[in-house]
Amino acid sequence: MLILECPCCGVLADETELTAGGEAHLKRFGPESSDDEFEGYLFRRENPRGVHFERWRHSHGCGKWFHAARNTVTLEVYGTYSAQTTEPPEAIRQKISGVAPGWKWRLFK
Amino acid sequence: MSQRLPKGGRLIDRSTEMSFTFNGQTLHGYAGDTLASALLANDRMMVGRSFKYHRPRGVVASGAEEPNALINMGQGSRFEPNQRATTTELFSGLTARSQNHWPSLDFDVGAVNAHLSRFLPAGFYYKMFIHPRSFWKHVYEPFIRQSAGLGQAPTERDADTYEHFYAFADVLVIGGGIAGLEAARAAGASGAKVLVLEQTAHWGGRAPVDGGHVGGRPVEDYIDSLVAELQAMENVTLRSRCMGAGVYDHGYVLGYERLNDHRPGQDGPRHRLWRIRAKQIVTATGAIERPLSFAGNDVPGVMLASAMRDYVVNWGVTPGQRVVVATNNDDAYRTAIALKKAGVDVLRILDARETGGGALMNTARDMGIRIDCGRGIGKVTGGKRVKKVQICAQAGAGGALEEIACDAVAMSGGWSPVVHLWSHCGGKLLWDGDQAHFRPDPSRAPTGADGKPFVTVAGSANGHLGLDAILPDAGEAGRVAAQAAGFKPKRAAAVAVDPTTEAPMEPVWMMPAQARPALRAKAWLDYQNDVKVSDVRLAAQEGYESVEHTKRYTTLGMATDQGKLSNINGLATLADALGEAIPNVGTTTFRPPYTPISMGSIGGEARGAVFQPVRETPMYGWHDSHGADWEPVGQWRRPYAYVRPGETTHDAVMREVRNVREGVGMLDASTLGKIVVKGPDAGRFLDMLYTNMMSTLKPGKCRYGLMCSENGFLIDDGVVARIDEDTFLCHTTTGGADRIHAHMEEWLQTEWWDWQVYTANMTEQYAQIAVVGPKARVLLEKLGGMDLSKESLAFMEWRDGKIGSFDARVYRISFSGELSYEIAVPASQGQAFWDALMQAGADLGVMPYGTEALHILRAEKGFIMIGDETDGTVIPQDLGLNWAISKKKTDYLGKRAQSRDHMTDPTRWKLVGLETVDGSVIPDGAYAVAEGTNANGQRNTQGRVTSTYHSPTLGKGIAMGLVLNGPDRMGEVIDFPGTDGTVYKAKIVDPVFYDKDGEKQNV
Repeated sequence: MLILECPCCGVLADETELTAGGEAHLKRFGPESSDDEFEGYLFRRENPRGVHFERWRHSHGCGKWFHAARNTVTLEVYGTYSAQTTEPPEAIRQKISGVAPGWKWRLFK
Repeated sequence: MSQRLPKGGRLIDRSTEMSFTFNGQTLHGYAGDTLASALLANDRMMVGRSFKYHRPRGVVASGAEEPNALINMGQGSRFEPNQRATTTELFSGLTARSQNHWPSLDFDVGAVNAHLSRFLPAGFYYKMFIHPRSFWKHVYEPFIRQSAGLGQAPTERDADTYEHFYAFADVLVIGGGIAGLEAARAAGASGAKVLVLEQTAHWGGRAPVDGGHVGGRPVEDYIDSLVAELQAMENVTLRSRCMGAGVYDHGYVLGYERLNDHRPGQDGPRHRLWRIRAKQIVTATGAIERPLSFAGNDVPGVMLASAMRDYVVNWGVTPGQRVVVATNNDDAYRTAIALKKAGVDVLRILDARETGGGALMNTARDMGIRIDCGRGIGKVTGGKRVKKVQICAQAGAGGALEEIACDAVAMSGGWSPVVHLWSHCGGKLLWDGDQAHFRPDPSRAPTGADGKPFVTVAGSANGHLGLDAILPDAGEAGRVAAQAAGFKPKRAAAVAVDPTTEAPMEPVWMMPAQARPALRAKAWLDYQNDVKVSDVRLAAQEGYESVEHTKRYTTLGMATDQGKLSNINGLATLADALGEAIPNVGTTTFRPPYTPISMGSIGGEARGAVFQPVRETPMYGWHDSHGADWEPVGQWRRPYAYVRPGETTHDAVMREVRNVREGVGMLDASTLGKIVVKGPDAGRFLDMLYTNMMSTLKPGKCRYGLMCSENGFLIDDGVVARIDEDTFLCHTTTGGADRIHAHMEEWLQTEWWDWQVYTANMTEQYAQIAVVGPKARVLLEKLGGMDLSKESLAFMEWRDGKIGSFDARVYRISFSGELSYEIAVPASQGQAFWDALMQAGADLGVMPYGTEALHILRAEKGFIMIGDETDGTVIPQDLGLNWAISKKKTDYLGKRAQSRDHMTDPTRWKLVGLETVDGSVIPDGAYAVAEGTNANGQRNTQGRVTSTYHSPTLGKGIAMGLVLNGPDRMGEVIDFPGTDGTVYKAKIVDPVFYDKDGEKQNV
């Protein structure tokens, strides 16, 4: 059972306090999008062995959504950060590069 | 025979006799016995029958690894099946019954399966029970069900209580054997907060039985002083009868404490589930001896050598009078020596190694025990008890060299470290060829949130089998864990330990090595699930290469013991059959819990009334005292109907509906979700959330809206009221309030975070009462206050004001088609307001009505209900709700999805009304059948019922349903077969059955 720090209220929260929200940094496609774009947005998800960016909600705490950068194999947590951003903070990306050189993810390196 | 020895037994107290019953017969044991040792003391070697062949089964082990001695324990409200006799502490009055036999343990009809075993190989069920298809339901399934399962299910409610307990430790030590205690001392000396869990009632594990000296003292004395030292340390907590059940992410551990199993009926919880967060974990979980695979190794009386030694040394019980020992390592010699010392005849030690053993062999020989090297067991014969052993050359095919009459066999195939807890959270293993076992790979430990290892392994769990290696390894593990937890460990003084003088073991996966097929077919790997060497070889022959697939195909290791004895032997057999090296075949996954834990402990206090809190409206007590027949709706309970004396529930519902249509009724609508959405961008936000336009709504007005998921499916509906320019109040369904509030927050926080909007769930702040029916206005006007005329409060408007003396917000909205006011007052005023309305309406015949009347009233009007007309696959267009979907808006959640191929398919089933031809009520969930059958031979369908009721207003059965091309088929009659064989004929009609023009709600 994971422990993640909620970046909004600062609590080190047990997984039972949290709700998982799937892949982070999805770009929403609306009515003008093509079938492929919309399919990618609605259904296609990363499921990596390794570095991953996820959405979590501190649902039994402050109620806020946040993002977590973590490793699905080693369970290392590289950091948590605000959900109100389109990409992970530079500090977290550097930290990941330090431990997992050459990592890449759908949208970032 | 097995019996109590005249003396000995370090764990029993011969001055305290205890009586118990087994299969109804009264037997006696001593305080300190386990049920298994007490049964053996009474010559009850055979304790059950196996799962598949119903073979007689005896006690084979002495601890948590026992696969055979499973019993039905207790009676009535304290009955529990599948309890292991080897881990059940004896108490006076214990009642136990053997399992999986009929009619009796001694004579069992299912044992005929054993004679058919040639026809019941691996995968038998998969191969046999497929054809013919129709046999499954009436022949195969009843047969399998009748023969499946070991123990019986309890019939009474559990009389015991259970609890959860939260704990935090710097270093958690799992296992209270000598390694665990040594590691705990080393960790504790650093000042770290240490918690030690031991699954049995005793400290020290196997060490006192195996013997040896530490610092010149017998190891048992050393353990006593270790325990005393730890007990004196304030930062160390010791818990016995508490098993480390599972290790999970980021140092989370479940402990399972059995507080009252050995003294049932005592005050306090029976089991306690420890939910532990540990910075570091030391697994000192010991090792388990492996059986040898020889023909007849499942005959009662064949036992693990270490278990036999345990029974002699710990409980003063010998499992036999004339014992043969078979081994591939030196450890089994300790059993021979212990038996001999206790006065038991050890007829022969069969050592599979050509060169035999080390110093222990010489000791045994000096005691007069005959030792045959390079020999093994060809076959054990005997039905319910070992009768004789055929000796053969280990290297051969099983030709008998000699036969010895005996009544017990001790076997040892080497030792496997208990790696379960190391592996639960991702710790990897390496194959140790010298000792022929998997042990933890220290370079691939489970890692925590910081990416660093959080589990260290100690002692025999780490592959160290000699005391001289175990103690330093355990001390080091304790120091490593303490340091990793942020403490400064202290250097330890070295102690003198007896050096190990054992000869190397030699792996023996089949005894004899070239055993004939007939022998392999009687050599058991998994005792509980009846998996033999021949079954695993057959699986390999049939192409099962993966150990995970072989496990599922043969059921090897899938019994309640989870293969503690069988896994390594099974995968070695598979590797041999595949011609692969053992490490290449690998192990199956180790999953928690280590041994089964009670469902009661998992539930803890959460049962009965506290399993889930019930949400109560302010008028809950009134409903309860006025005949409410409760219906759960989400976490709420709502009155289904108010049943009067002499009425059936159906009578009450019919009365309530008629009273609303003809007079005036009152509904407690407080459970409906009430979410305030506020801010300069509130209108824009709601335009995205609802399918229709909300930003154009004028303050003072209400509008019905639909909400869809981004998949396009309808998820909720309700009336939105615009309070002022910046503020909206959104009503949701009762079950949807929290979900929809979360849905709003998700979009606000993660997509449109720059929009200026706040949401607040105000559901419980208001009591909301619907006053409904032609006399609704008359009733409210009797209380006085605000003007409720059509002119000043028209349909789909709301106003704040006073009704009587109550501050009220009145919505003129209707879910019944009648003149209707939904009035919100502060929750604290709810009951008083309800009372005032009931009093004022008494002479008008006002009655409360429940959710079933509400359903019928809305169905008569063709109004949809989320959860009835929708099921997560229905879009608004299916329900004829296109009028509530904005054509002007460029975007809303679900809009893009609703233009996908599947969503615009003209053959999607559409909502219609259904009217039975004979006035009866179509069964809920019925399907409309079409001509022909599908590829599976099932009747084709063309629609289904979503809501169905008897309408007292119309005096007949009405329903709503989704039907293929339904709106174009008005007047057509279609068939709905019921499960009772009746076919209900129903005419497709408009879903609005009552007051099509909506005049009644608009007066």
